[in-house]
Amino acid sequence: MSRIESTDVLVIGGGLAGERCAMEAAAAGHEVTIISLVPPRRSHSCAAQGGMQAALGNCVKAAGDSPDMHFLDTVRGSDWGADQEVVRIFADNAPIAVRELAHFGVPWTRVRPGPNQYHIKGQHVVIDEPEEKRGLIMHRDFGGTAKWRACYAAAGTGHAALYAVDGEVVRLGVNVRDRMEALSLVHDGERCSGAVVRCLRTGKLSVILAKCTVIATGGYGRIYGQYTTNATINEGTGASLALDTGLVPLGNMEAIQFHPTGLWPSGILVTEGCRGDGGYLLNNAMERFMVELEPAKQELASRDVVSRHMIQQVLDGKGVDHPAGPHLWLDLRHLGEEHLTTKLREVYEICRDFLGIKPWEDLIPVRPSQHYSMGGIRVNKDGEAYNLAGLYAAGEAACWDMHGFNRLGGNSLAETIVAGRVVGGTVAEHAAGLELDLPVAVAREFLEREQRRLDGWLERAGEGPSVYKLRDALGEIMMNKVGIFRTGEELQEAVTELVRLEDQVDTAVLSSKAPGPNPELSFALRLKGMVRLGLVTARGALARTESRGAHCRTDCPERDDANWLNRTLVRWSRDEREPRFEYEPVGLLDLPPGDRGYGQAQRVEMKETLEEYNAGVPEGQRSHGMLPTRQPLGSALRPGAWRDAEERAGLTGSGAGH
Amino acid sequence: MANRELTFEIFRFNPQDPSSEPRLQTFTLEEEPYMTLFRALNRIREEQDATLQFDFSCRSAVCGSCGMMVNGRPTLACKTLTSDLDDKVRLHPLPAFKLIGDLSVDTGTWFRAMAERVGAFIKEKAPFDPDALEERMDDDLAQAIYESDRCIECGCCVASCGVANVKPGFVAPAGMNRIARFMMDPRDARTDGDWFEVVASDDGVFGCIGLMACHDVCPKELPLLEVYAYLRRRALGTAFLSRK
Repeated sequence: MSRIESTDVLVIGGGLAGERCAMEAAAAGHEVTIISLVPPRRSHSCAAQGGMQAALGNCVKAAGDSPDMHFLDTVRGSDWGADQEVVRIFADNAPIAVRELAHFGVPWTRVRPGPNQYHIKGQHVVIDEPEEKRGLIMHRDFGGTAKWRACYAAAGTGHAALYAVDGEVVRLGVNVRDRMEALSLVHDGERCSGAVVRCLRTGKLSVILAKCTVIATGGYGRIYGQYTTNATINEGTGASLALDTGLVPLGNMEAIQFHPTGLWPSGILVTEGCRGDGGYLLNNAMERFMVELEPAKQELASRDVVSRHMIQQVLDGKGVDHPAGPHLWLDLRHLGEEHLTTKLREVYEICRDFLGIKPWEDLIPVRPSQHYSMGGIRVNKDGEAYNLAGLYAAGEAACWDMHGFNRLGGNSLAETIVAGRVVGGTVAEHAAGLELDLPVAVAREFLEREQRRLDGWLERAGEGPSVYKLRDALGEIMMNKVGIFRTGEELQEAVTELVRLEDQVDTAVLSSKAPGPNPELSFALRLKGMVRLGLVTARGALARTESRGAHCRTDCPERDDANWLNRTLVRWSRDEREPRFEYEPVGLLDLPPGDRGYGQAQRVEMKETLEEYNAGVPEGQRSHGMLPTRQPLGSALRPGAWRDAEERAGLTGSGAGH
Repeated sequence: MANRELTFEIFRFNPQDPSSEPRLQTFTLEEEPYMTLFRALNRIREEQDATLQFDFSCRSAVCGSCGMMVNGRPTLACKTLTSDLDDKVRLHPLPAFKLIGDLSVDTGTWFRAMAERVGAFIKEKAPFDPDALEERMDDDLAQAIYESDRCIECGCCVASCGVANVKPGFVAPAGMNRIARFMMDPRDARTDGDWFEVVASDDGVFGCIGLMACHDVCPKELPLLEVYAYLRRRALGTAFLSRK
């Protein structure tokens, strides 16, 4: 029995979502174990820079903001792909979650009363912040929002939040096992009971059994190779765990966000806060092309829209030449040294360390890079996975689905803590009602299966491709053929090449069989899953013959609400040759599908009425495996509550109205 | 102009392999424009020796994974440009931490133990009230807290510390910085008296022998010299006050 242990709650992934979830379960008295590839404070949450969206309405440019406006901006940003009830839960709880982080010690930047200098749409503006708001949490502007809403701690918001939440995890005595990776879930087809894990210190396998298992492993940007802002650990291990069961569907995997300002060519992120604070995008003629292309929002249209305009500039020959390929410029010079070394300090440090430039004197080379996966493990509004009781997901790993086909900047960092609270609450409640069952025989079966998979890699000899070469090939296919602009023809090529690549993984040979953690073996164990995530992304994008949010088909430019107002679901067990695709309604509609107010506006109207659509939602989701929720479907929606907010937002001239 | 050929002498030892002996191994690599040690080490592992162990994650100097000794000086490998180094580069793992293998060390266990020991979290004055506005804070104070909150726990200061290397119980610069960060935070309920035991002992601020290498090597340029001075003054103040 030495290789099987147990805990009440197993959390896979030690970033903000996983840790906030663990806190909630631990505070309720459960024994919680977090496993993480890296010490939790090194999780990719730490790299989030610019801000966390919450409608506190504390500064002049945020006056009148409300969760209703946050709801509107988020649904529009999603291009109506989001589950609107989940957006509601998110927008209503974000202010509480952000204030709670202040309670845990996050040093949020605060309102300074008196004259403040801002740069807004190319103008230098002085605004008097009122005395009565002194010391409340400050906001900055981010793309796609009617009000300034992003709360921030300089440009180290994720770092500050992660350290505060990890401090709480230490305070609560949560057991953290860093350098440990889950290789497979343990389940009997109906209930998940933990995971087979591999220690990255010793290379040894074991099983951790649990009443509840939470996946919070973040995104899978590394399937785009080097063309991503993501950390090297974002290899989609959690999504692969769920997909491998063949039971739990992944949702909307074709919904991939490209961030407008990845440093070129390293891909390192520079925050949207740069443009929020007044930064410009320039082409090779030093023109602010966004002013003409998006007069209302300019550089602060949503990320999908800005990224597409940037790549179009490059395609039109207006990029700046570079040995690695053309890029554009981010111009922050007018923000000045003091602003850049305080409110955007981390951006200044990146410019200094990796480019050797001063952003108040020099331009920054940028190009859109893969940044975020809106899709992930499909869960209900409580965070429980479809079709497998006892499994939960939160944060970027999940498709909870508040982002639909495009996520607004600052909404994911806020999602981690809001979802962490909500899903952690579900887990705490479910765990309290369960006895710890130890399905030892099932656990042994999965343990032996993983041992055989591992041994298979070590035993394979002879000639074969290197796992790193296959990884590079995956990245090239994804960036070149499943990128910002997509066509049916290229997507079909990508699928063909990825199918071939998947077969090649079975012929790859390790160059080292060294005992211990063996970094090459660790990567090899993830590679098949990564190629499969690439394949379901490409196949999902090929099937979806419309353009919605970040999914832009130049051969199908319209958003088609008549046929595609739905969510892609895909299941694919390890033993199956082909993935199985299904579609479910996006969720109950409250805000009717309409124009976003930025980007292109071609669309096909839905044929049904809202009432007809909504009538089909409960059964439409249950039939795909949605498990019962604690409260009935739609209970959190507050239909029509956004109407006043829409009028007020319209009066501000944000372009977010009708 | 031809690119330089770089020679890397890298410490090798795999504790999981009974046949492994600690040694230096030499690799050569052609330099590329803007090459960092992140790029160089990955190329060596992928092209020359797949067993080489090291840690990177964010590759943008914010996660703190890749602290190592570069020519005898602790620093973040990801932001070290090879163009700033001589042709010959010698790499060792950080001392003062348990070795996992080659250039990889166990900082996670060390920092968790430190966090538990110094209580590196807010000790709340009252429970969180979800219906209340946030407690106000002057922005200057928020910025001062943020300044010391910027520590990324890479371990470079610990590795450079003359005391931490010979005295495992020493709270060490990163721990001192954590204490200072919570001491100045008005949301924390602890008083100077509560901090006194951990700050004012030989394992605390008075165990420092004043070399201040920590201040010189910190990749985030934290003002550790000022942190130590601040803690000494606060500790002495507490001592004098309690004698009255």
